Parts: sequence; C-alpha cells; structure tokens
Amino acid sequence: MTPFDYARARSEQDAVARVKDAGTKYLGAGTNLVDLMREGVEVPSRLVDVTRLSSRIEPTDGGGLLIGAAASNTAVAEDAAVRARYPALARAILSGASAQIRNMATVGGNILQRTRCTYFLDVEGARCNKRQPGQGCDALEGFNRGHGVLGVSPACIATHPSDMCVALAAFDAVVHIAGANGRRHVPLVDLHRLPGDTPHLETVLELGELITAVELPSQTITARSTYRKVRDRASYAFALVSVAAALEVAEGRIADVRIALGGVAPKPWRAREAEATLIGAVPGQSAFVAAAELALAGARTRPGNAFKPELARRTIVAVLSDLAGAGQ
Amino acid sequence: MTITINGQPYDLPTDARVSLLDFMRERLDLFGTKKGCNQGACGACTVLIDGERVLACLALAAQYDGRSVTTIEGLADGEDLHPLQALFVKHDGLQCGYCTPGQIMSAIALSNEFSRGAPSSVTTDLDVPATPNREEIRERMSGNLCRCGAHNGMIEAITSYLSEHS
Repeated sequence: MTPFDYARARSEQDAVARVKDAGTKYLGAGTNLVDLMREGVEVPSRLVDVTRLSSRIEPTDGGGLLIGAAASNTAVAEDAAVRARYPALARAILSGASAQIRNMATVGGNILQRTRCTYFLDVEGARCNKRQPGQGCDALEGFNRGHGVLGVSPACIATHPSDMCVALAAFDAVVHIAGANGRRHVPLVDLHRLPGDTPHLETVLELGELITAVELPSQTITARSTYRKVRDRASYAFALVSVAAALEVAEGRIADVRIALGGVAPKPWRAREAEATLIGAVPGQSAFVAAAELALAGARTRPGNAFKPELARRTIVAVLSDLAGAGQ
Repeated sequence: MTITINGQPYDLPTDARVSLLDFMRERLDLFGTKKGCNQGACGACTVLIDGERVLACLALAAQYDGRSVTTIEGLADGEDLHPLQALFVKHDGLQCGYCTPGQIMSAIALSNEFSRGAPSSVTTDLDVPATPNREEIRERMSGNLCRCGAHNGMIEAITSYLSEHS
C-alpha cells in the first residue's frame, strides 16, 4: 500500500476543509477502500477519517428519519423505527455482506462503495474504462455473469453492489451533502451517474463534498415493504438480482407502489414506468407480469448475464405477489 | 494514541497503513488472530471491538484509538477454557484449526446479538426477537468460512452454548 497521510475529522466543516485535491479521500470504516488500496485500485495521498462524525438516527420534523452518515449498517438495520416503518431497508442491509462487515461499514461508505467487477479490481491483468478512462473494458467479452443489463453502456457494464441503496431508492431517500460552497440535498436516485462514455465519473459529488446524512421521508407505504435478494449461495454473496418493493392496495386496486432493483444496473435502479402502470390496477399476476416486462424493457445483455432480465422479472412478480398476499 | 487489547494498553503504530491484524500479529506477537484472505472475505481475523465483531484485516489500527479489543487470547482464564472454546472441542468444531479463533470470536458476538434481539436476513418477523435455531445460526455465521468443513460441529457447539448461556 502506498503511504498516505491520515487525519481524523473533528466536524463536518473540518472534514471538508481538509480536502485539498483529488488525492484526498474520505475514509469510513474502510471495508471497501482499504481493500481497494491494497489492490492498487485506489492510491490516495491523504485519508480523512469521518467515522466519528454524526451516527445519530433521529426523527425529522416531517415525521421521517434522518440517519447520520457514520451510522453503522448494523445500527440502521436494528433501529426500531427502521424495522417497523421501513422493513425493506432493514432486510436489504441484513442481506448484505456479513455481520462483521455490517458492524464496521457506514451508511456513507455503503452509498459510495465501488463496483465489485473483477476486471475493475484487476489492476495488473485487465483493462477497465472506470479505472483507466479510455483503456477498454475486458468485462464485455469476459466473465460477465454478475454484470449489469440496465443503464449500461459500451464502455462499462459494472453494477453498483449495494443492497441498502436499493431500498433507499425505493423509499425516495434524500442524501444530505456538505461542501466548501455550502450544503445541498440530492435524491439518492440522482446521486450516482450512469456510465455513458465516462464510467470513471460515478456520482454527482464535487471535489470535497461529504455525505453527512440520509433522510427517509415519511410515507405510509414504506411500512408495507420487503426486499428479496437472489444470489449464487444463500448468504454472504452479492446479488445477481434484488428487488425492494412496497405496495398499498385500497378497495381492490393498487393505490401506490414502489419498485427498485439491485444487481442489474450501474446505480440503484428505480422502476418508475413499472410503478406507473400498476397504479389503479387490480393486484395480481397479470398486472405484476406486465409491470415486470416494462421494468426490464430496456435490458441489454451479454452472453454471461442473458439470464438476468428473466430472473429480475420473476423476482419482481414474486415480491409483489408476496406483498399483495400479505395485505389481504 | 492508544488501544486496549485484552485489557492491556498499547501505543498505536504511527504508520496509518498498518491494519489492526498486522499490528497484533507482527508488532505485539499476538498470533491467535489469523490472517486468511486479508480482504474481508473469510472471517479468520474476527475480533471484538467494544464487544462487536469486526474484521481486523480491514481495520486500519489508527482508526481505533481509544477503543477496546478482545481477541481469542483474551477468552481463557489461565488454563480454563472459555465455555465456548470447550464446546468447540467437545463437538469437534474444528479440524485444521486455522479458522477457529475467528469462528469462536464471531460466535461470542452472535450470542450477544441474539440477547439484544437483533434480527438477521432469515428472521421472519422483524418485530419479534429471533429464535436461535439452526437456520439463524448458519446465516449469522456465514461470514466465517471453514475449508475443512467443520461447520456442523461448530453449529452444535454454538447451539449448546446458546442454550446454556442465554
């Protein structure tokens, strides 16, 4: 690992002030960044430790929840309000990584974790447009079973690996950001960029901007939500496909619905067209299948991941059916 | 900057690159905590920090200033094994033994997690404290790999420990 300076931020303002150039990176618990530094994918000259900034989980004036970016994944999943009012978020977090990693990993770090594309991680042996812009992408013709089918580009088919973010996308979460020019709020679904021909630009964050918290708006539908993750083994594996969904049925018709997908796209993927087509429909197989078709209509596959659209469609139908059944 | 390990205070390394795992093994001669994958995939380096299980290989030691670490060396009371260590022996919860310190530290934390009602991804109802059955234990121990395949003995040892100590 290349030597670096280490400093612990005393406050959000202190953290932001310590970022002088692109060689400075914020450090959460390091569960992803330390590994990337060992592999030579990340070579920061300075780390600013932000793990001792706000980890509070507190109600907002609007009846929602504000989660400090330094809160551990475990703290969020075990929080009583999260379990009762945002169960898909608790389930998404619990389905990710291992207990040890969830105890360490922060909310801010989870959002900004990098893809687990093996070609991205292979500095010596593979080409990657995300790591080295313009170099080419060995995943396109390589082992791409785990790669994305929605929002991908000819330059990059890597997925965003987070489970937590899929639930946050479904729940209209808002990311609170502090920077040298003040504070701003960005919807979680707008934080990450699609790769296009610049896959090395992964978020809309400017140099030195720090994620300070995530806000969950108050919505009654979130209490009737769940998360399902499909993977190659029963535990401790990244998603091939995952679905976070919430469903509200009134007088035999779908009054409101949320659908977000993981494991299939470069960012937490909200399926808004599928949601729109379900409003007012009678909950059941035919409506759910039609919505799932719409959600995957734009899929572009490679030989290794050609199974993913069908797996995603079936998982969407299964999750919506479970939610409809549980509501009766 | 100091860190407490098994009750003893130590000065933290000045080089921020040093992981908690390398700090313990290479500078303090605490070899009980094992280095398996060194990339957060195997769980061999599991230790407790302030009672919670974490991976020492991914932890930069400098970040844990003022915190308290418990390793496998901190469990036994002289020649008397910790009850969970004794149960691992009794139930053949090991073969080569390399993953065992991590497995045992992980299982001790698992016991505390059950005690406080923490859910897992196989918990059916998030509002009700989970029952420590085989499925729950398997899920909660999934971050600790064993290439010998001694998992069944470990689960028996952990089941026995939970029934006697929770």
